[in-house]
Amino acid sequence: MTDVYIKGIDMIKFGRFPAENVSQLGAKAALMALDDAGLSIKDIQALYCGNLQQANGMVGQRILGEIGQTGISVVNCANACATGATAFREAWLSIKAGVFDVVLAVGVEQMGKGLLGTERVGSGIPKEGLLGSNTMPAIFAEAGMEHSRKYGTTFKQFAKVSVKNHYHSTMNPKAMYRIETPLEDVMNSEMIAYPNTKLMCSANVDGAAAVLLVSEKKVREMGPGRSVRVKASVLTSDPFTDRNQVMPDINLLSRNAVKQAYEASGIGPRDIDLVELHDCFATAEILHYENLGLCGEGEGGRMIDEGEVALGGRIPVNVSGGLLSKGHPLGATGIANICEVSAHLRGEADRRQVIGARIGLTHVIGLGSACGIHILEKVR
Amino acid sequence: MNETLALPVVSWLKGLETNSPYLEGSQCCVCDVIFSGDRLHCSRCGARGKFKSIRLASEGSLYSYSIVYRSFPGVDVPYISAIVDLDMGGTIKGNLINVDPKPESIEFGMKLEVVFGDALGRKDKAGNSYISYFFQPATRS
Repeated sequence: MTDVYIKGIDMIKFGRFPAENVSQLGAKAALMALDDAGLSIKDIQALYCGNLQQANGMVGQRILGEIGQTGISVVNCANACATGATAFREAWLSIKAGVFDVVLAVGVEQMGKGLLGTERVGSGIPKEGLLGSNTMPAIFAEAGMEHSRKYGTTFKQFAKVSVKNHYHSTMNPKAMYRIETPLEDVMNSEMIAYPNTKLMCSANVDGAAAVLLVSEKKVREMGPGRSVRVKASVLTSDPFTDRNQVMPDINLLSRNAVKQAYEASGIGPRDIDLVELHDCFATAEILHYENLGLCGEGEGGRMIDEGEVALGGRIPVNVSGGLLSKGHPLGATGIANICEVSAHLRGEADRRQVIGARIGLTHVIGLGSACGIHILEKVR
Repeated sequence: MNETLALPVVSWLKGLETNSPYLEGSQCCVCDVIFSGDRLHCSRCGARGKFKSIRLASEGSLYSYSIVYRSFPGVDVPYISAIVDLDMGGTIKGNLINVDPKPESIEFGMKLEVVFGDALGRKDKAGNSYISYFFQPATRS
């Protein structure tokens, strides 16, 4: 089977764009990625589009309606916050299968402000605040408190994740916020769902990102310069666990996915130079250090205390600013983190460059649940 | 306004007609796993149609929680969203009441009991009242 390569990457600066629509934002990112690769829409054989909140809106076709209706195969993907990673993986699969040589994956989302959560009131009464909470900050707080229960992880340690990622975003011109948030500010900002304060919740923003994937045959034709090889692409769902009915388990599916990714690539956690992981809430990030094997069990708190996961540390995590500060446009997130890691592997990440980065890992979780992991490698 | 019997907040809250409410679950006859409410098939072992109804325990212990300060409009805050492991099996989520909503007042593993009461005054479109379940620190020994 052919290897799959990333030849074009780009994303719009994340922010709020009420005057534009989803297809226009997606079209911008698509054209930027095409320009990065030096190709035109006429070279593209298939489009995989990730968008969650207009999942029935044929967003991929609408993007082509903006930039070129060439009549190619279009697949629209929705998989909660793993939507972008799912679109990328479907594009990867199509090249792996030998069906296509040049494929575009686009992730795009326009978000409202405010709380994410589900409350479908049928014939009864609303259950939110009656049978506990189904808001995202509370669900991820409960996951974090499980870690506190096991290992004594503190509110302060969770808050430090936000300090780190907000700091990282000051070096990323594509990030929504680019403001440092000292620990006191994080801990004293409005409490949303203990232990997650407002500054420990990801930013609801609009965004779009796109990646151009090609086959080995096409990369030979284009030349190897600035290429990134996809070493592993894995998607898992949540296996049964005892509390899964009421407490989504974001750990086991991540562990299963990364195990498969490490096995498929022959790469281990010690080989990884940087990670973009799913910090939808500060509480989640610490769990994922352990889930991805970046440290031993129960060492997540120490990792943040000792700065091992900060830029310049042993294994920098979310140097883009992460979902907490770069922003989290649901369908774009899984593509944007592939753009970020690829930029580092190319040596094009400017002030936040992880020096000498050769191998990187991306991780997203869609609650409900889906986990997408990609391992990317610089082509020498 | 409907002054007749209040309705159960979930279909698996039973016994209101005899004024002796309890929570009902179902247990897989193949792998013994316990779910709240009815099930057709088992998502743990894949067994088909092999469930028996059981009465869930009215005692349990706190597994995890969050203190919720920001919720949907109209929801009273703060409140404690609690994940509770029931004695004899099964895990359910609900509000933990009669505890100060502060981290220092909440202990992992604290013994809790299931209690029943009016669903915080919430009524459906037809004006029906509802009975909900809640957790509180155990008083029964």
